[in-house]
Amino acid sequence: MGQTLTEKLIARACGRDAVTPGELVTCKVDLAMMHDSGGPRRVKPMLERLGARIWDPDRVVVITDHYVPATDDDSREIVATARDWVKTAGVRHFHDSIGICHVVLAEQGHLRPGIFAVGGDSHSPTGGAFGCYMFGIGATEMLGVLVTGEIWLRVPQTIRLEWTGHLAHGLSAKDMMLAMCARLGMDGGRYQSIEYAGPTVRALGMQERMTLSNMAAELGAQAGIVEADQTTRAFLAAAGVASVDIESWQGDADAVPAELHRFDANALAPQAAAPHSPANSAAVTDHGVVPMHVAYIGACTGAKLVDLRMAAEVLRGRRVAAGMRLLVGPATAQDEAQARTEGTLGALLQAGAELLPNACGACAGYGAWRFEAGTRVIASTARNFKGRMGSSSAEIWLGSPYTVAAAAVTGHLTDPRLLLDRASGIVDRGN
Amino acid sequence: MGKAWVFEGSIDTDMLAPGPYMKFGIEEIARHCLEALDPNFASRVRPGDVVIGPRNFGLGSSREQAPAALRHLGVAAVLAPSFSGLFYRNAINVGQLVLECPAADSIRNEDDIEIDAASGQVFNRTTGSIIACAPVPPHLLAMVKAGGLLPWLEQRIERGELQTR
Repeated sequence: MGQTLTEKLIARACGRDAVTPGELVTCKVDLAMMHDSGGPRRVKPMLERLGARIWDPDRVVVITDHYVPATDDDSREIVATARDWVKTAGVRHFHDSIGICHVVLAEQGHLRPGIFAVGGDSHSPTGGAFGCYMFGIGATEMLGVLVTGEIWLRVPQTIRLEWTGHLAHGLSAKDMMLAMCARLGMDGGRYQSIEYAGPTVRALGMQERMTLSNMAAELGAQAGIVEADQTTRAFLAAAGVASVDIESWQGDADAVPAELHRFDANALAPQAAAPHSPANSAAVTDHGVVPMHVAYIGACTGAKLVDLRMAAEVLRGRRVAAGMRLLVGPATAQDEAQARTEGTLGALLQAGAELLPNACGACAGYGAWRFEAGTRVIASTARNFKGRMGSSSAEIWLGSPYTVAAAAVTGHLTDPRLLLDRASGIVDRGN
Repeated sequence: MGKAWVFEGSIDTDMLAPGPYMKFGIEEIARHCLEALDPNFASRVRPGDVVIGPRNFGLGSSREQAPAALRHLGVAAVLAPSFSGLFYRNAINVGQLVLECPAADSIRNEDDIEIDAASGQVFNRTTGSIIACAPVPPHLLAMVKAGGLLPWLEQRIERGELQTR
């Protein structure tokens, strides 16, 4: 019997020809990513206590995104610690205040098929969109990686989520994801490895594949992988990565996953998740009329260039409904610049959007942006836990960028297909 | 032995370590642990007490302050039918004992609980029943007993098993 891509990636990282689900292995880490919250401020004192240095500073990437822009003395100190520490630790790959770590990591060309990577954030499975094994860990576990260059792993089972059919205009990877959350639940991934597969997935651009991998976290999986192909190669070439091996990093045709779940894109309608779980997803039209106060396009999950384009497609030539606020925090400065150049950002601003920094912002719920009691928000983010983004009486709904934009226009939960001109072109999925 | 604190519904990392306090140290975060569900928990929980939770306990963020807050409050163990994988790893790494117990929901609030971590046996002294839990793998239990990954690495360095360059 052949090996799944998951098994091949782990076998390579632990120096074996093959691995079997359930066995404990120790893997060598090719890439370790940290942000300002769980990174330097936490690992620095622990490294000092051990008197240890980083095993290989060139394999470490530090990105500030949680406490930027700093709003008080505490957050200023956290970010300053990151800036000072990368210098003393010899970390060259430092991306300061240019966007959200998972999206920056991809756009700066750090990811590639075949690697084994860890990130100090729960949405680190995002990296799996590039055909690599990447998962999230806490700060102390990151310390272990920084000191040893290794991490233990129970070889996961492979859960194959296979999509067939055509994603119609007004639908996106986010709708696929919410439908998977509804069917499988937030522990459906059982901390195993998800592989997203099938023609619908292959037809997605890299940034939408990243949306799928990102929310493997919401399915409770350790990783969420998409096999690399020419789309991967083209994205990486644009990010400055010249030679990419995709042929070695495909699952064997005769590999048998532990679970196989099939989904039909032709039968998919725009999805929205009711408070307080992504698993509370259903077709937008099944939720009835739900008035909204705030529409939020943000976070690593829902404010990449492709997401901004989807929102702009709905909002171009329209205005935000009276009494509604539309917040847009582009995931990275690079995506914002491109959106500005091509007119995507202009369409959003002319519709009445308020522009937020290229940072985690309200999604992280750490401070500056918190929603007040009784506020009903529809967000393109990944999580709508009670109290996470503000008051515990704030209601957070989740939807695709199309659906969030449609609610901004109408003031209530709306099927975005009602606002999209069927004759207009489909959003450029090239990113 | 200690008193059981039973929490139902869904327990995520934002409840255990709320975002607005994440910029502070563990003392301040622990003061707000689970306050959304029980405002008195942090002030009334005593060292040795046991937290009983629902399945997929600790879902959400990678923030290890979630288990670290429980450990800071002296919680002897968290018992739940299942744990979020990331929370489980973080708990071991910060030295917080966690036990998977399919029948954790048989425990009632304030029951008197005694735990044998090595065998995974939980004794409910209030009801006289024994609740079987999955034992923690020996190498992970050793890490918990050492106080977490950091002291465990310290011990390995002292023994010369690990070079720190």
